[in-house]
Amino acid sequence: MNGAHDMGGVHGFGAVVPEANEPTFHAVWEGRVFALALAAGRPGQWNIDMVRFARENRPPADYLAKSYYEIWLAGLEAMLAERGLVSADEIGAARPLGEPRKVSGILQHGAVEATFSRGRPTERPASVPARFRIGDRVRAKNIHPTTHTRLPRYVRGRPGMIERLNGCHVFPDTNALGQGENPQWLYTVRFDARDLWGLEADPMLKVSVDAWEPYLESADQAP
Amino acid sequence: MPHEHEPGHEGSHLSEVELRVRALETVLQQKGYIDPAAIDLLIDTYEKKIGPRNGARVIAKAWANEEFKRRLLAEPAQTLASLGYAGMQGEHTAVVENTPKLHNMVVCTLCSCYPWPVLGLPPVWYKSGPYRSRAVMDPRSVLRDFGVELPADTEIRVWDSTAEMRYLVLPMRPLGTGGWSEEQLASIVTRDSMIGTGLPQLPDGTAL
Repeated sequence: MNGAHDMGGVHGFGAVVPEANEPTFHAVWEGRVFALALAAGRPGQWNIDMVRFARENRPPADYLAKSYYEIWLAGLEAMLAERGLVSADEIGAARPLGEPRKVSGILQHGAVEATFSRGRPTERPASVPARFRIGDRVRAKNIHPTTHTRLPRYVRGRPGMIERLNGCHVFPDTNALGQGENPQWLYTVRFDARDLWGLEADPMLKVSVDAWEPYLESADQAP
Repeated sequence: MPHEHEPGHEGSHLSEVELRVRALETVLQQKGYIDPAAIDLLIDTYEKKIGPRNGARVIAKAWANEEFKRRLLAEPAQTLASLGYAGMQGEHTAVVENTPKLHNMVVCTLCSCYPWPVLGLPPVWYKSGPYRSRAVMDPRSVLRDFGVELPADTEIRVWDSTAEMRYLVLPMRPLGTGGWSEEQLASIVTRDSMIGTGLPQLPDGTAL
């Protein structure tokens, strides 16, 4: 979706303000939200692409008004409500208002280390050869899905070059919709800044995104 | 921490969001969807065990050992895993090397993707609008916000982490550090130098 989360090239945000000796969490509740969101994904059976969409899928003013972990909290609440696990009324009441659903895969203390050191690799075996090769000229498609996508607006319609081939990976656009992992070849595509931002751009700047094959077309094709 | 709650003095001074999170955690726990001990362990792990000192040790080893550096660049995920740095948000990793002619910088314009096993959780500025909006358009001005000015003829390469690839910058080893131990070298590798918004910091404060 063309949401407020897609920030590349937006003006007016002001200066970057680094913080000396920054703590991991700025308040106790931030750490709780972080850990609850990671742990609840297991009984909830949602995937990372679903939860990313749950975070970004909100009116721009709301997205921009919320702090980072407030967005995580909103995304978590949305996923829990959608799965019928926790309702807004229950959060308001601070107690269960019905029987719990039968769930499996609850993250137990003893499984945390193994689970997190294993991670969640997204590379999958390829069923078809990669369409593009390193050095190929490509163009990011000019697409505007209303659902989850990881192709940022600032590269859409722009020409670039395949720089790396990263294997075949779970495709977020379908995975977020529960339509399967649908693995696709993942490329690192490099853009000249002048192709993104015009002739006034820094001639010494190159920018890359990681793009799945369905996001790309040959640069020879008409945009 | 500014908002740490004291047992026995809870209630009226809690903000709306603190109350809401506490309520949510209570419901999750009473419904049996979470193990509270796992929640505590996750927080403790990312506050105390996983952070940029991990990455600094990797960079120092690469500076001190040419063969390790070669492997780190060629097979990053396996090489990091051999040091115990693997797992969540570090499943697929690339290490990108700075040279006198090329400076690398990492961003996630869409959210907050960041190599957790080597850098920990991202700082607030990395997740903020100013950084996410400007890093891909005008990285030199972002670097100036960090007090870093690069020569105009240095190529800047920005990596927008839009998929599950995570990027770690291998900064240049500062001159004048010949003969240093890995431990000494690690002490000058800053978190920001591994994101590409800073440079290694010598003890006298000079960035090189």
